[in-house]
Amino acid sequence: MSAPHPETWLTPQPGGLFCAPGGLFIDPVRAVERAVITHAHSDHARPGHGAVLASAATLALMRARMGEVGAGRVQQALGWGERLRIGEVTLWLAPAGHVLGSAQVAVEYRGSRVVVSGDYKRQADPTCDAFVPVACDVFVTEATFGLPVFRHPPAEAEIGRLLDSLRTFPERTHVVGCYSLGKTQRLIALLRAAGWDAPIFLHGALAPMCAVYEACGVALGELRPATVAAKAELVGRIVLAPPAAIADRWARRLAEPVVCMASGWMRVRQRARQGGVELPLVISDHADWGELNRTIDEVGAPEIWVTHGSEEALIHEVAKRGVRGRALRLIGYGEEEA
Amino acid sequence: MIAFAALLERLLFTQGRRDKVRLLRRFFASQPDPDRGLALAAIAGELRFASAKAWLIRDLAAARTDPVLFALSYDFVGDLAETVALIWPDATGTAAPPGLADVVAALEHTPKSLLPDLVGGWLDACDAGTRLALLKLVTGGLRVGATGRLARLALAELSEGRASAGDIEEVWHSLAPPYLPLFAWLEGRGPRPDPAEAPVFRPPMLAHPLEPEDIARLDPAALRAEWKWDGIRVQLVATAGGRRLYSRGAEDISAAFPEIVAAMDFRGVLDGELLVVRDGTVAPFADLQQRLNRKSVGAKLLADFPAAVRLYDLLFDGAEDLRALPFDTRRARLEAWFARTRPARMDISELIGFTMMEELAALRDGARAAAVEGLMLKQAASPYLPGRVKGHWWKWKRDPLGVDAVLMYAQRGHGKRSGSYSDYTFGLWRDDGELVPVGKAYFGFTDRELAFLDRWIRDHTTNRFGPVREVEPALVLEIAFDGVQRSTRHKSGVALRFPRIARLRPDKPAAEADRLDVLLQLIP
Ligand SMILES: [Zn+2]
Ligand SMILES: [Zn+2]
Repeated sequence: MSAPHPETWLTPQPGGLFCAPGGLFIDPVRAVERAVITHAHSDHARPGHGAVLASAATLALMRARMGEVGAGRVQQALGWGERLRIGEVTLWLAPAGHVLGSAQVAVEYRGSRVVVSGDYKRQADPTCDAFVPVACDVFVTEATFGLPVFRHPPAEAEIGRLLDSLRTFPERTHVVGCYSLGKTQRLIALLRAAGWDAPIFLHGALAPMCAVYEACGVALGELRPATVAAKAELVGRIVLAPPAAIADRWARRLAEPVVCMASGWMRVRQRARQGGVELPLVISDHADWGELNRTIDEVGAPEIWVTHGSEEALIHEVAKRGVRGRALRLIGYGEEEA
Repeated sequence: MIAFAALLERLLFTQGRRDKVRLLRRFFASQPDPDRGLALAAIAGELRFASAKAWLIRDLAAARTDPVLFALSYDFVGDLAETVALIWPDATGTAAPPGLADVVAALEHTPKSLLPDLVGGWLDACDAGTRLALLKLVTGGLRVGATGRLARLALAELSEGRASAGDIEEVWHSLAPPYLPLFAWLEGRGPRPDPAEAPVFRPPMLAHPLEPEDIARLDPAALRAEWKWDGIRVQLVATAGGRRLYSRGAEDISAAFPEIVAAMDFRGVLDGELLVVRDGTVAPFADLQQRLNRKSVGAKLLADFPAAVRLYDLLFDGAEDLRALPFDTRRARLEAWFARTRPARMDISELIGFTMMEELAALRDGARAAAVEGLMLKQAASPYLPGRVKGHWWKWKRDPLGVDAVLMYAQRGHGKRSGSYSDYTFGLWRDDGELVPVGKAYFGFTDRELAFLDRWIRDHTTNRFGPVREVEPALVLEIAFDGVQRSTRHKSGVALRFPRIARLRPDKPAAEADRLDVLLQLIP
């Protein structure tokens, strides 16, 4: 007897992707009884679930974001490759390379395997484990940057542009807009690797996630709060702040700020001009067009399902290589970092 | 080409006008001739290559990319040249990017059939930023947030006091790229270029919106009032060197209005409003639109949409410069000139008699005629001053019309709004209870409102057609607009002029939004 097609046992529902034989949702967008969470970004990890299964780091980040109770009544941490039987399915996690703790979820049922990759990237990131391709029958992928215009340059080169601007405008404060979970810590690690040993100043909203990273063993060097620091102290410094803060009064208090933004969207000029960005940095924690296609080839799945993003282009492209694509059109994802 | 691309990139991301002028000045001071003059021409929109147009970019894209992927990318990026620049494979060879002068020379001399290979070869040698600058240059659509006016301010700074931006504007239209005599003059190496016989554009005098606090301060006796017509502002220039019809932005639109140019059988420079006039009645703006942005016009268009100019100022009578004279004196000269000249297809803008501001206010509010936007107020004693100088001329527009409509469809915006649903189709209730679309609005909202709308749309989507989402008919938008016309293109039978979102009304039940009848009654 041939294996039942995964679309019979893993189905997109208003609450998220539901696996009936396991009785569980993956990254549900509303509170459910049993949830498997790929990573701690707010659009994937929502508060109020009953039992929550995730990597230890993801659970730690979730607790920091939503409190002990909000992160799930029963929390179970799973190490990479540790196999677990839930109902009639076997389930295990592999690193996704997106942010600290980010996982792909491999679900096996009656001889077929689906891998739900959550968000992922293939560029090197010193703050999290690198993506591991897992062979599967169906690969569930994001497509945030699923258009051929998105080609992220090496992040090190973009950091080089930031440091170059600091040398050109030593009297100005460089304030970089970046999301609190993942991008912030990656920027800090990249700056440290490029030899920037000076203290890095943080908007208050970014500090808690940095603390979790450090507790998980990711060294970030000297960090100082930017909100209480005197303006003069910030001359020639790097300040990191949430994207919403870089364009408002908070940033204007800084010394002649050069407003920078670190995001994959910065590749498109009109997007980069939004919010008065003067130095766009193309640094992303999502796979670009090339990475999406390479990954699909590497996992060798005959079929991909696209959760969110520019699904049309990606499905069109993989069809040329004989891969069947299906748009899940899950509502509620992709409204976070990029 | 690299220095030029870097300049464009910096200009695009620089916010302050002063900083942009500084960037431009630094570029003009540091780059050699003829490159800087060619760059100046490109920024001022004076560089056009007859054979290189959007078709070239489309052809290149078609030759090198998958059409489906290209279309989807273009939909997202919102700009043809940028889409090609981003989607083009990165340079692998060792060829150096071409220089600006080489590009200009090659484009002028290369036959059309060889252009795709030529430009494609250049793109292969460039990075994404230079590819974009090159494509924008080739197709003549730079739009980098800098204009000829800004460039002339930078040139004025470069001249270190030898010339003001206004001085440069007066000689501008007698010069051609790469502007070697201009740079020589500005740098003190040559004489002022003489525009005497050339039909050059004169910087126009612009009005400020009248603010409520201005009204009390104005002395009605020292003020002149005219209707503000809903056409386009033009300058008519007729000299020994030729005749030109310019738009307010110094664009030469003579070719689109040959009947006006033919009627300019005089010597002088006049300021006026271009309108479509049938049997003495000014037609709605939509009629004038039929005539705009054309390189030539046929007999039918000339007959169906006859153009005319309503004159309101005389800048030069023959070669005599009247601009330093007070408005009243210029007006008397205009009337005398008109009585003497009697040009076809022209008349004089009527002065409205009044003694109190209240009378004007009543006139403005009553100004619902199809082609009147409100009033123009001018100080009787003011000279004709270039630019938007405060305290001389005011425009006093009538209040916009408004309806409460229901959001029906949303589409992702192009360009900077490509991430959010920012194009909105809204509708009104018909008597049979059906909601019919009456228009689209793309602006009028704040970033905060945009974020609210975007989220609301994602949460209330009932159907998706490609980039378009149909939403639950549950959100009321207060729409402001300037007029209503009949339209066969819309199911509702009406089209709004200049619709924009005045306010979001999430508090108002959709059933209480306006009925289509409200609009039908407003059709003039
Ligand atoms: Zn994420
Ligand atoms: Zn996500």
